Amino acid sequence: MTTPMQDAAASQAIADEQADGTRTGRLAGISKRWNSLARWQQWLILGVLVVLLYALPVINPPIITTEPGFNFPLALCDMARFALVALGLNVVVGQAGLLDLGYVGFFAIGSYVAALWTSTDSSMVHIPYLATLPLAMMVTAFFGVILGIPTLRLRGDYLAIVTLGFGEIIRLLADIVPALNGNSGFQNIGAPPGKDANGLDLFTNFNGKPWYWLFLTVIILLMLLLGNLERSRVGRAWIAIREDEDAAEVMGVPTFKFKLWAFCIGAAIGGLSGALFAGQVGFVNNQKFDVATSMLFIAAVVMGGSGNKFGAVLGGAIVAYVPYRFASLAAEKYLVFGVVLVVLMIFRPQGLFGSRNHLLAYGRKVQRVAARLRRDRSGDDTAKGVTS
Amino acid sequence: MIHTLALAAADNSGWIGFHLGDLIRNILPLTVDGLTYGAIYALVALGYTLVYGVLNLINFAHSEVFISGAYAAVFTLVAFGFGPSAPTMNIVAVIGALLVAMVAAALTSGVIALGVERLAYKPLRARNAPRLVFLITAIGMSFVIQYAIFWWRGAVAEPRVTMFNDKALFTVGRLTVYPSQLIIVIAAVLMMVGIDALIRRTRIGRGIRAVAQDPDTATLMGVNRERIIMVTFVLGGCLAGVAAFFYIMKVPSGAVYNGGFILGIKAFTAAVLGGIGNVRGALLGGLLLGVIGNYGSYLLGSSQWIDIVCFVILVAVLMVRPDGILGSNLAKVRA
Repeated sequence: MTTPMQDAAASQAIADEQADGTRTGRLAGISKRWNSLARWQQWLILGVLVVLLYALPVINPPIITTEPGFNFPLALCDMARFALVALGLNVVVGQAGLLDLGYVGFFAIGSYVAALWTSTDSSMVHIPYLATLPLAMMVTAFFGVILGIPTLRLRGDYLAIVTLGFGEIIRLLADIVPALNGNSGFQNIGAPPGKDANGLDLFTNFNGKPWYWLFLTVIILLMLLLGNLERSRVGRAWIAIREDEDAAEVMGVPTFKFKLWAFCIGAAIGGLSGALFAGQVGFVNNQKFDVATSMLFIAAVVMGGSGNKFGAVLGGAIVAYVPYRFASLAAEKYLVFGVVLVVLMIFRPQGLFGSRNHLLAYGRKVQRVAARLRRDRSGDDTAKGVTS
Repeated sequence: MIHTLALAAADNSGWIGFHLGDLIRNILPLTVDGLTYGAIYALVALGYTLVYGVLNLINFAHSEVFISGAYAAVFTLVAFGFGPSAPTMNIVAVIGALLVAMVAAALTSGVIALGVERLAYKPLRARNAPRLVFLITAIGMSFVIQYAIFWWRGAVAEPRVTMFNDKALFTVGRLTVYPSQLIIVIAAVLMMVGIDALIRRTRIGRGIRAVAQDPDTATLMGVNRERIIMVTFVLGGCLAGVAAFFYIMKVPSGAVYNGGFILGIKAFTAAVLGGIGNVRGALLGGLLLGVIGNYGSYLLGSSQWIDIVCFVILVAVLMVRPDGILGSNLAKVRA
């Protein structure tokens, strides 16, 4: 007798084998070994990694540092910012499969929320900077719904071009609406409170370290949250929509609702990163939110591996890192990323770290059963009856 | 000219206005100007429509195909000695030079469009990639072209080239018609008629229709699909090049590395408005969009509103009638 669990496990084992068969090279080896580790071992490695990441600006490791050309903690800060954006966009593009080319619009809205309520150039009521972070998330989530309700009935290319339009509209409005100060923008945007040992402000726009740590903490917290979300009913619905929207709808997934959720959550993260960015650079104007930036965000997600949050974060960090590390490339970074995008899509469309569709429900348990079944099958052929 | 009017109006009444009276008074010149832009949109929209009809794919890099044509036109004209003010050559020489520039723009855009197809789309077709992947390579390609131009020419627009003295042809009340407006609209309409005839009456056109209807069956019936796809891209590219030439005639300093983007979006909106995949729809959509955009920007007080008006129209059309005004597609065209 086979239980449904064993059936599922067996089919997962077969799918895994097939997937492994198509993966080549070192990356595949790493991911295979990673998946075979026990949960506590994975946590241990992750813990060490996180400590290393926190220590990066202090160690200033010789080969990967961007100095003397560019201040390394500030570069790290920018990398973390891109990683955060990529993490948010990954929810929309990677998880739910909605190509959003106007993500920079949400980023811009978040920045402007922080600027309008904290900058000395703004005549609005001033509130503490930290309070603008949840506010930015709420406002952008609201805009996500506003954009999502009319457009999420569209598919693929059409959705892409409409969101592209949305991003441009936000930029144009920042130009036209006088309250948003157009090109002259906002200066002296607030920062989180805190003093260092000398009694000076801890969060300044020329000191990257505290900002980097803040970004990193936010990223880690969000990754834990999003990881839970992925394994929940919502995450499963997203993957169903990404793989085949019609099938998902037929099977009773309220696709529109979940697409809207993806949009909303993605937008909120975009707004959060925008508000953090505004605080870090301390200056916001309409020049920072062009389409090219939006495309860099997409490039980050796609390059890292859309659908895989670790991949997306890494992709974001790489996209920000390359121009700092290889200063000669900085001027042509868009050209370089354009070529990378084309080449990657042709030869490795899943990105550097592609997502693999595990059975998300009871994933670990199923994998254990699968591993046992695989052992049985190689040992003697009695397991054949189970798999068929 | 009209844009400066609009900007002046904006100064009086804040960033968003509602100048209905002004709009009605100036409706004729706005319409003619809108039709001129619309004709250019329509020519670019054809490129989107043809490729969409045959491949079911939005060629995101088409706006860069367009802007490279604009550069070719400017360079050719500069080589002929055209400059910021109108040339002093005799009329035959001017017309000859303009024709050469137009052909150069068309050829450049055609070659670039073909290059995009070969480099970015063909390898994916061979691999049966999902559609999202096509979209991302298209974005990558548009990035590559845009920033190759940026790398080569920098962020500033090419100096303006004036093709001829655009003296008012005639004036009726508030309406002043310029030769450039007349040339652009008539030439664009003639070209659209030509393309329509090509699709409906020639062997190549039959091939395009066949592939649009059912690629597999068409292949079985002896249509060389790859060749048809190439022809489609080249055709769309050439039209974009011609559009770029007219664009330079209308906006003499229009050649800038990212200048294709907004125009590309508007042309795409025009294609969707008329019914993407529909050749006549592209013309109708282009002209309509040009006129509506012009009205909208004038009504609201600033030329920047044109883009916003276009986007809103795009969303509205997709919501209400995703098939566009004329609806049917390339596959259903009767000979």
